[in-house]
Amino acid sequence: MTDTRKITVTVNGERLTGAAEPRMLLVDFLRDELRRTGTHVGCEHGVCGACTVIIDGDAARSCLMFAVQADGAEISTIEGLAANGEMHPLQKLFSEHHALQCGFCTPGMLMTAMDLVHNSKDHSPEAIRTGMSAALCRCTGYVGIIEAVTEYARQVHGDAAVADRDSGENSHG
Amino acid sequence: MDDGVRRETGGYIGQSVPRREDKNLLLGQANFVADMQLPGMVHAAFARSPLPHAKILSVDVTAARAMEGVVFAASGDDVMVALPPINGMQVVTPQGWRDRVDTDILIPDQPLIPNDKLRYVGEAYALVVADSRYIAEDALELIEPDLEPLQPLADAESALADDAPLLHEHLGRNVAAFLHTKKGAGGAAMENVPHRISRRFVHHRYAAMPMECRGVVADYDTRTDTLNVWSSTQVVHWVRREVATALGMPEERVRCIAPDVGGGFGGKGHVYPEDILVAWLAREIGRPVKWIEDRHEHILNAAHSRDNIYDVEIGFDDEGKILALTSSFLVDSGAYTPVGAGIAGNSIAHMLGPYHIENYETDCRVVLTNRTPNAPYRGAGRPEVGFAMERSVDLVANYLGLDPAEVRFRNMIPPEDMPYEVGLTYRDGVPMVYDSGDYPKALRRALEELGGLEAIRKRQKEALAEGRYIGLGLGCYVEGTGVGPFEGATVKIDPTGKIMVAAGACPQGQGHETIFAQFAADMWQVPIEDVYVTVADTGHVSQGYGTIASRSTVTASGAIKLATDEVHQKVFAIAANMLETAEADLELRDAGVGVKGVPDMHLSYRDIATAAKPGWGHQRPEGVVAGLESTSYYEPPTVTWSYAANASLVEVDVETGQIRIEKYVEVHDAGVLVNPKLADGQVKGGLVQGLGGALLEELAYDDQGQLLTGSFADYLMPTASDVPPLSVVHQETPSPLNAFGVKGLGEGGAIAPPVVIANAVCDALRPFRAELNSTPVRWSQVAAFFDRD
Repeated sequence: MTDTRKITVTVNGERLTGAAEPRMLLVDFLRDELRRTGTHVGCEHGVCGACTVIIDGDAARSCLMFAVQADGAEISTIEGLAANGEMHPLQKLFSEHHALQCGFCTPGMLMTAMDLVHNSKDHSPEAIRTGMSAALCRCTGYVGIIEAVTEYARQVHGDAAVADRDSGENSHG
Repeated sequence: MDDGVRRETGGYIGQSVPRREDKNLLLGQANFVADMQLPGMVHAAFARSPLPHAKILSVDVTAARAMEGVVFAASGDDVMVALPPINGMQVVTPQGWRDRVDTDILIPDQPLIPNDKLRYVGEAYALVVADSRYIAEDALELIEPDLEPLQPLADAESALADDAPLLHEHLGRNVAAFLHTKKGAGGAAMENVPHRISRRFVHHRYAAMPMECRGVVADYDTRTDTLNVWSSTQVVHWVRREVATALGMPEERVRCIAPDVGGGFGGKGHVYPEDILVAWLAREIGRPVKWIEDRHEHILNAAHSRDNIYDVEIGFDDEGKILALTSSFLVDSGAYTPVGAGIAGNSIAHMLGPYHIENYETDCRVVLTNRTPNAPYRGAGRPEVGFAMERSVDLVANYLGLDPAEVRFRNMIPPEDMPYEVGLTYRDGVPMVYDSGDYPKALRRALEELGGLEAIRKRQKEALAEGRYIGLGLGCYVEGTGVGPFEGATVKIDPTGKIMVAAGACPQGQGHETIFAQFAADMWQVPIEDVYVTVADTGHVSQGYGTIASRSTVTASGAIKLATDEVHQKVFAIAANMLETAEADLELRDAGVGVKGVPDMHLSYRDIATAAKPGWGHQRPEGVVAGLESTSYYEPPTVTWSYAANASLVEVDVETGQIRIEKYVEVHDAGVLVNPKLADGQVKGGLVQGLGGALLEELAYDDQGQLLTGSFADYLMPTASDVPPLSVVHQETPSPLNAFGVKGLGEGGAIAPPVVIANAVCDALRPFRAELNSTPVRWSQVAAFFDRD
């Protein structure tokens, strides 16, 4: 039980070190050891996505990974999105589109959306909907979330990227 | 935000004011119970029953207690000597209801940790507190329970069998409540109706399933003999009451706060054993204690809902006019029934829906079984009864060869009959009167949103000719909202002149801090930034009720208004004294009080607050007591009636049984919308929960009482890909029952989707004479209709 390892990670650009047993989940390490509680735990079995963070550039479930596996990694979390006291454009869009109610899923939604918009090539309505299905929200019915992420993809990649390829489909909302 | 957001005519009410809640949540700076870390804090974990029904022979916690890092361990024996059970009647029903509805209620108390027998899979039999949650869970492995399996009462019908064992022996029966009520001639009227249809309808078990599981942190202060409890709850004042009762403390010495709460939907709407146990542990151990429910625990142990069986008979004439309606239904309440017969009480009051029906009779049994306790979840008895009723209406239409929409129009209460006396008694003990609304208009608008009835039927016919099965599903309901008994609010003017509002409501994402600020800003004629709102904290409002039952907008606004009215009186009296003018010449303006028509004669709230202070130099007129502060309680006369018409078009794939929802429409009326964007979000979120219940989510048990769906791998939550195009139309008929014309809307969205989808699939599969009278609607069930023909 007292067999702990020293783990060093870079969280939102800040180099942080803490102690973790080999069995400690990365999300528990972030929350309890490093006191970065912006990332949430919703199911601990990799389905709900509330714990999604970006590890070395890719979105990952921090509840399905041990802290020791992340030693040396670069991790981005919800706390790192805003800069210089200004909300990130995606955060502003979430508020404008009422993409959050209780806000518990929001950390995972934001990080899933960051990964989807910046790492994926397909930003069609279908791709955004499928991509955002990686995380569960119980409050909003996803309506505002899809609107906000679509608008963010439009801001980043332009109108054509988010155009509906199948014009027969209704826009969701 | 600035004054630009204010509506020229009235102010903030009616504006989609941006939420003040969003910022912390978006920046990752929120404070959910799980985020709390107090110095010296230790962590609790519970050992939970693997068996649905078992006699406890012994539970040995010695080895767990001796483990390094463990600070405390207790079995049911240890807990039962220290703490009483939770009173089975967390909700008291008013005498008026018991007088007018035939009731026979025997609600069992719930032991915090039982020491005699276990009554559902997931019920705790021991607990451990340790330096970390990891160690606490290790220690649970060392607890040896000696359990003797008993015959399980796997469902409501088997619990009613003559030879069924008793779940709670001292009750002498497995029925927690019998309810019966009648309108007109009741079932006797069935003798004289031209046509009758009888059917059984089954509404399956699913649950609130908020993204944040429950959690409790408690901290006891020896010097002041005070307990602070932070709980992820919808009812902080109930938690305070039950903790104080169990621990023998004055309520004033227990403060309960619900910090950021990650969804509730009813599932956090009553007091659970852990609320009390964690508070007790903090006092016993003398260190802060934290317990965070994990998802598996939540699915096993947090309240489930729905799970009803209805036997319905509907009597009607050749024109489709419903003449008589009877139902006899069972609620599988699980092992305890923390909110008593509340769900069943809602069901019997809501069956008639938007229709004028002269004769109605219903009886209900709330049955105790070896399932997880059943408590209200978004809709609370209305989705269940709505499924039975709205399927029945479609069956009437089918029988007569009429359009289901036409049968609805023929039976609906016309707007000119408002207010409409229903002839039944609501759960608050008051005779039911639908206060306002236009039900046929809502249904017409819902059909128009799908292109109009004629066009829909034409399209359906054309599709069928091509071998495609498109169906229209309808579902209408009414919903009593804003129920009493009361809500509390405290309104103060701070020495700085800012308006301080505290209310007994406990939001879980609804945006109460924003909308209560909208109310207060309008009442005080100040910029909304000048209003500070505190909710979900018993330290700020002496008595409160909480956020359940679509009630907070109605009841908290009423309480804020009463408190404000009292403070207004003092403000005017003091201002009149200071300005040496008559009160009648004064008005609220520009964050203060001014003399009408005299722009220079004005005092700010800060000036008036200073003048109102006790002590030397005050400027209160004689007879006006010091301070600008009032706590008031709004006791609503009865409920306000929201309602909706739902319509959906689906296409069924006859190869696979797949159901594709082309579009889903709800025309909803919740009176005046305080913040249209937030209202829209509530209804849409509710709809998707309803669709989850209709098609995906199920708490399935086997015939031995074992829960089969204990994780999100088995319990299927709707994802973004499952959501069809939604269209929500708000029809705003002000309620005449309160100052702002508001009605409640938290639950509405979740009520209709199960029956709408079932009706739509049946409509699509008319050529196969399909009848779907149970939920969830399964692809396999649908596919079976094709195999039959």
